[in-house]
Amino acid sequence: MAVMTYREALNLALREEMRRDDRVFVIGEEVGLYEGAYKVTQGLLKEFGPRRIVDTPIAESGFTGVGIGAAMVGLRPVVEMMTFNFALLALDQIVNSAAKMNYMSGGQYPVPIVIRGPGGPAHQLAAQHSQSMESYFYHVPGLKVVRPSTPMDAKGLLKAAIRDDNPVIFIEAETLYSVKGEVSDDPDFVIPLGQAIVRREGTDATVVAYMGMMYRALEAAETLAAEGISIEVVDPRTLRPMDTETIIGSVRKTHRAVVVEAGAGFAGMGSEIAAFITEQAFDDLDAPVERVTGASAPMPYARNLEKAKTPTRERIVEAVRRVCYAANGSR
Amino acid sequence: MAITRVVMPKLSEQMETGKVIKWLKQEGDRIQGGDILAEIETDKADVEMEAFGAGVLRKILVPNGETAPVGSLIAVIAEPGEDIGALVAEPGGGAAAPAREAPPAGPAADVSRRPAAVPPQPRREDHAERQPAPEAGPTAPARPVAPAPAEPTAPAPAAEPGRVKASPLARKIAAQAGVDLRLIHGSGPAGRVVRRDVEAAAAAPTTAPVPAAAVAAGPEYEDRPLSQMRATIARRMPLSKGPVPHFYVSSEVDMDPAWALREQLNALEGQPKVSVNDLVVRACALALLEHPGVNASFQGESLRVWRRVHVGIAVALEDGLITPVLRDAHAKSLGQIAVESRDLAERARARKLRTQELSGATFSISNLGMYDVTEFSAIINPPEGAILAVGAVRQVPVVRDGGVGAGRRMMLTLSCDHRVMDGAMGARFLQDVRRLLEEPLRLLV
Repeated sequence: MAVMTYREALNLALREEMRRDDRVFVIGEEVGLYEGAYKVTQGLLKEFGPRRIVDTPIAESGFTGVGIGAAMVGLRPVVEMMTFNFALLALDQIVNSAAKMNYMSGGQYPVPIVIRGPGGPAHQLAAQHSQSMESYFYHVPGLKVVRPSTPMDAKGLLKAAIRDDNPVIFIEAETLYSVKGEVSDDPDFVIPLGQAIVRREGTDATVVAYMGMMYRALEAAETLAAEGISIEVVDPRTLRPMDTETIIGSVRKTHRAVVVEAGAGFAGMGSEIAAFITEQAFDDLDAPVERVTGASAPMPYARNLEKAKTPTRERIVEAVRRVCYAANGSR
Repeated sequence: MAITRVVMPKLSEQMETGKVIKWLKQEGDRIQGGDILAEIETDKADVEMEAFGAGVLRKILVPNGETAPVGSLIAVIAEPGEDIGALVAEPGGGAAAPAREAPPAGPAADVSRRPAAVPPQPRREDHAERQPAPEAGPTAPARPVAPAPAEPTAPAPAAEPGRVKASPLARKIAAQAGVDLRLIHGSGPAGRVVRRDVEAAAAAPTTAPVPAAAVAAGPEYEDRPLSQMRATIARRMPLSKGPVPHFYVSSEVDMDPAWALREQLNALEGQPKVSVNDLVVRACALALLEHPGVNASFQGESLRVWRRVHVGIAVALEDGLITPVLRDAHAKSLGQIAVESRDLAERARARKLRTQELSGATFSISNLGMYDVTEFSAIINPPEGAILAVGAVRQVPVVRDGGVGAGRRMMLTLSCDHRVMDGAMGARFLQDVRRLLEEPLRLLV
């Protein structure tokens, strides 16, 4: 075990996988000479050279297409989006080619590609650069979608994503790059895709949250613990395929659920999680599943309005009180 | 439109056949998914069978009162124009549907093979709640509106009569604990009954609202809605007293020796306190081993003679009675019986029995001794073959050695299903029960 930042954990994962398998290469804007807009690819050009660390023009659709073509003929590209909001320019390549090629070719062309980069609300990045992009992708059959919340998960899940034979959308977060945590230094350490993790055990309500919201939920847990309410925080880690079993198991224990997501709530991740909880654990529920979501509005630039749009610890606490029918609730 | 096969649902692991108590829909009725089609009786409970498919109830193959094997076709739901001839004429008619069976040829190929029933749902659940909402369609049966009570007797804030707002978990727990949701005040939003409300009600059954004492100027009568327990008793008892031909044998037991033994036992330190009823349970369990013909159920074509003795012990509650089951009583010592039956009775009063503790008795005992009842006759709880009614232990003048003295006596009355046994068999069993009680050391070995 070593303590390192989330950014360093991603860098280590890339480095280990590139050493392990010479089919793995990195392609994107500023990944080589500039060593990444967020320095995730620091030192890789020096170690692996320009054949495997490929700087591209500002052309997401183009370099994503290059990556998909390379994957179709046997390489294992890691495509970096400077921010995942830019992946919108490559949406046709990702949705119509990466996700469907294996199906449409009758299994002749698997596309083992990883498309990674930061996404979600950060610090005053405003309307166009703060979107929770996962919702654009997890709806598409053929894509796997990962959102790693900790340095350990960043490393273990990125390695699993690179080794996976399917296209994997791997969305990091600007706000988490400097978070430090213990990370396995075993080059064979991977975290299988599709496994949720219980971040904190509790008995009164299950809170499902990932990325920054997971940390908000852990803070809310402290506030609630002081009121005598014990929450269990479950981090799905992979959004598709979703580990429904762990979440359902937790709900069967606590009988109440709150789902938190940074993005706007309409048809969001929380809707999906609330739906399968209701389908699979209806008789175990003592309250309707609550969602705490971002407001349905573009992200404002102003700091105070940015805070108002994004779920806070207080809103999570209030939602948990409501599902627990606790006295401090706003109802 | 699909044709829906309505098959006899498998409602418990042991269930092999089920009986149609009553069709609640008739041929020609329009059916919507979720409608209650019929009441089905299993060995354990009576269950309402819900429709899955929609259409018209075209054909009923198993009439009221008839029994059919699990999985066999008992009715067909289809649209009026659809050809159901092939289905109805299937080999064996009501035989269990083999999984490999080819779909019928022709336009009727889209046949749903799902059993037309929900998983076991105790009948205690509020009937009205399981009906589709009235706006579901013009064919939804109109629910009779309960007459408004003359006085507000319950704090229920529900605007819609019969419909109780409760969380799914609260509903489940209430069904298990036998708690009537309608009598609970919901503490959730808009009066929703949530888990803590049910748990509180189960822990304190006596807090159920009691109608205020009638004042002279008040209305002349009050129509109290049946509690679910009362409704169940009202429905089940005629199912026993009607079809089951009862006969009764009585005997008076000299309880002096048993009384003395009990006093000695209860003077022992660290031993469980033994009641008269515990002695009777133990005596019956031992006697039933010797008289398996009494520990038996009428099965229509056969008698099922049970090899184990599970004794149902009737426990009176505020608003009814419940019969928890002391399992394998034949294999339990008097002390074990005393401890377990006390636990069962206490939890019965607290409504904390599990459903599996309420079924499976092979013989029952009802004791009204604590109410100073000299003797009475009980109604058999089908499918059991007999029930013993126990009166009070009374001090009475008895003739002993040509003189008259005081003695303790107790009346036992055995109600027997004449289809299972005859008078002599019942009498011999009762004789043995009496002998065990009069020579009570036999209860200890």
